[in-house]
Amino acid sequence: MSEDLVFHFDVDGENFTSAGQASVQVKKNLRQLGLSPEIIRRVSIAMYEGEINMVIHAGGGVADVRVNENYIEIVLEDHGPGIKNVEMAMQEGYSTAPDDVRSLGFGAGMGLPNMKRYTDSMKIDTVVGEGTTITMRVNLV
Amino acid sequence: MTVEKLLEHGFEAVTLPDPEREIDGVYIGDLLSWVMGRARSDNAWITIMSNMNVIAVATLADTSCVILAEGVTLPDDIRETAEAKGVNVLTTQLPAYEAAMVLSGLLK
Repeated sequence: MSEDLVFHFDVDGENFTSAGQASVQVKKNLRQLGLSPEIIRRVSIAMYEGEINMVIHAGGGVADVRVNENYIEIVLEDHGPGIKNVEMAMQEGYSTAPDDVRSLGFGAGMGLPNMKRYTDSMKIDTVVGEGTTITMRVNLV
Repeated sequence: MTVEKLLEHGFEAVTLPDPEREIDGVYIGDLLSWVMGRARSDNAWITIMSNMNVIAVATLADTSCVILAEGVTLPDDIRETAEAKGVNVLTTQLPAYEAAMVLSGLLK
């Protein structure tokens, strides 16, 4: 690969049942590139958690996935409420998700921890009242 | 053991687009992020959740099949999505623990 490949997605904030479409599409794209199943699994799960977070908390957002020979980078950007306490949000089991979301099986407080678990680096830029940008990388070398 | 083998042991197919998929281990859970964090690729995933997100999680976590416990089944539109995405879904009247016991015997 000489040039970076970039995939762009709009994440619909209204629709819970379609959440995950971007991640499933990324999974398909990465498979076509011939990446290993474990890399694909890590990237697509991290991205799905991010997508779900944007639907639950931020009314949607945009996702960009960049692939080159060294790494896969996922950038998730929203204009939601921001994360008040990142340290708390990073703890397994801590959640501010509403009850209706919990009844769907989400809101276990595992989203951000899973994103960290499945990627090699993760950076959270968040401003309360303005939004959040999360940048994750999975290294290929 | 393949997923279709379960049909001989009291499990019913909801949709089985990939019947020859191998099962390696079992994971039980209803909290979807927990499942994505802990279930391993090729696990049979036992749950009582039956919404559309279950299909996405099974796809992304790459489980070999979803086993709906306690007689839970899928609405038609979700079953069709599972089939289109190649996600095996079975159902059983057994509770999760007992279903896992059956699998435990078969996977030995």
